[in-house]
Amino acid sequence: MSPDDPAMTVPAIDADFLLRLDEIIAAHKGREGPLLPILHDIQAEWGHVPEAAQPVIAEALGMTRAEVHGVVSFYHDFRDHPHGRHVLRLCRAEACQSMGAEALADEVRAALGIDWHETTPDGRLTLEPVFCLGLCACAPSAQMGDRLLGRADLAKVQKLVAEAGA
Amino acid sequence: MRVWVPLDAAARALGADEVAEALSREFTVTRNGTRGMVWLEPLVEVERDGVRYGYGPVMPEDAASVAGAIRTGSEHPLALGPVEELPWMKAQTRLTFARVGVIDPLSVDEYEAHGGLAGLRRAISVGPEKIVDEVTESGLRGRGGAGFPTGIKWKTVAGAKAVRKYIVCNADEGDSGSFADRMLMEGDPLVLIEGMTIAGIAVGAVQGYVYIRSEYPDAIRLMQAAIVRARQAGILGQSVLGSGHAYDMEVRVGAGAYVCGEETSLLNSLEGKRGIVRAKPPIPALEGFLGRPTVVNNVISLASVPWILTHGAAEYARLGIGRSKGTIPVQLAGNVRYGGLFEVAFGMSLRQIIEEIGGGTASGRPVKAAQVGGPLGSYIPHWNFDLPFGYEELASKEGLLGHAGITVFDDTADMLKLARFAMEFCAVESCGKCTPCRIGSIRGVETIDRIAQGDETGIAILTDLCNTMKWGSLCALGGFAPFPVMSALTHFPEDFSGRREPRREAAE
Repeated sequence: MSPDDPAMTVPAIDADFLLRLDEIIAAHKGREGPLLPILHDIQAEWGHVPEAAQPVIAEALGMTRAEVHGVVSFYHDFRDHPHGRHVLRLCRAEACQSMGAEALADEVRAALGIDWHETTPDGRLTLEPVFCLGLCACAPSAQMGDRLLGRADLAKVQKLVAEAGA
Repeated sequence: MRVWVPLDAAARALGADEVAEALSREFTVTRNGTRGMVWLEPLVEVERDGVRYGYGPVMPEDAASVAGAIRTGSEHPLALGPVEELPWMKAQTRLTFARVGVIDPLSVDEYEAHGGLAGLRRAISVGPEKIVDEVTESGLRGRGGAGFPTGIKWKTVAGAKAVRKYIVCNADEGDSGSFADRMLMEGDPLVLIEGMTIAGIAVGAVQGYVYIRSEYPDAIRLMQAAIVRARQAGILGQSVLGSGHAYDMEVRVGAGAYVCGEETSLLNSLEGKRGIVRAKPPIPALEGFLGRPTVVNNVISLASVPWILTHGAAEYARLGIGRSKGTIPVQLAGNVRYGGLFEVAFGMSLRQIIEEIGGGTASGRPVKAAQVGGPLGSYIPHWNFDLPFGYEELASKEGLLGHAGITVFDDTADMLKLARFAMEFCAVESCGKCTPCRIGSIRGVETIDRIAQGDETGIAILTDLCNTMKWGSLCALGGFAPFPVMSALTHFPEDFSGRREPRREAAE
């Protein structure tokens, strides 16, 4: 890619970024319905879907930028800015509610000093709601990375957070 | 000595990984799926003379003493005796879930030794037409919730002319209170592969996709690993078990949109579009993924097919009531003493399921209501629990079988709050295509907030709004969100009136 390639003029895109982005796109381009797999890989790589990636994807897949943006903004999973180093997800769905998820969420928010979708000031932890982890027979439930928590309470959540160094 | 410790996400959430690690220092530990008795998780099993004995729930701090009991055969307070003899296991008819919790989920040899692949072999020998007949005669209906006869769907796809057809498995199990799909994909992923392969042969599809929600990372990992094993074993590929039929499949991961559990929205998502609902017709069976004929079936529907092909349609249809044939994996969730998955023929009453099998609430308080069929299902009050568990039987009481998840609530539940949540959830998850759902749900939240502040004129408006959403929405999200709201309002009007007064705690 030459320096006067139009994509290179987009701010905040460096050569490494574009190289990695091209690899991701190339890995999926031949598949039927490649966009979601591409976006998942981008999010895994950078923790969010950088806006600068969208026109590159659009051109590669023959879509408009609006179409790509429409997809990114439709799904709860895709973020337009990075989250904290760890993401704590608390289930808010009915089965967890029946076992006190709402009170637990209040306690956790108070203990962490952040609300839903917020990140601690040190950037370590983001709190997100989730609607069902399929752990409905051991509610309330929580998730952080690979770790899952059933019959969660404040002490267990705090232990989970502490063990992750978050 | 062989020891089993489940790898199921629910068992992991209760400490199974730590228990497995501790026991693996001394024994050969196999990670199995869960037996479905979630209140006993982590459930450790050990095999002696061909019988599997259980210990549970084994918390990480119990691992050392349980290891001692396994080693010496001595008594232990957590010992449960032979697992197959436990009342919860004996009372079930486990057809679809026969191997879940029993085998190593990724072992093709164990799968086959426990009856796996017999359905596929028979399917290959009888051919496409007979497969479709068999599935039709079994009376199998869509286990995702809509209850559409599976055989009829397959026949439509089989009869469609196209260069390429698809099998799409809907594993976007977003309903709270439901975990059957997750449990099956984690505990016996090969049976889903076998079912989808049979579907592929039946309709002439050579490619399949399992669309799994991103909230299920364990299921995604296990399905992907199982697909690799199935390819190695010749189950998937250019010639399925040497039959000459080509069929392969892959996993696709959702991105956190509840509405993608609706089949047309799922197809759009799979194509890489916004998960917007499509108007029907055209039906996906004729114009589905990429505009081509597509079978879209739920995990449990597809995973039930190998048993049907192995044992015959008549054996399956013998079970159940009315037009609800075969077995249903009932999922007991929420505030219930014995939560888990219980596969049984249709026809048990809700009371038997919740009170006898589930043992009432976990909190020990009286049951107030149960939400059956997920966030779009009705709240069924405890005085209507004599209803038999079947598609038409529940529908006769404005209920929804859905994905057969039952979420139990005790008498402290505030039905107004739950009704508000149903509207809020619909507003957050609406795809935005149709107005009754997109706008109606937001107005619903606002109206319920008015009622919560004591303005009871809102009740008539809410009722009218629910009616508009029910009849005017394009899909089940906006169309069914009124069910939890109206059932809460109809059966528990006291939770909606007099809200200006401070709310008295129930039974105080």
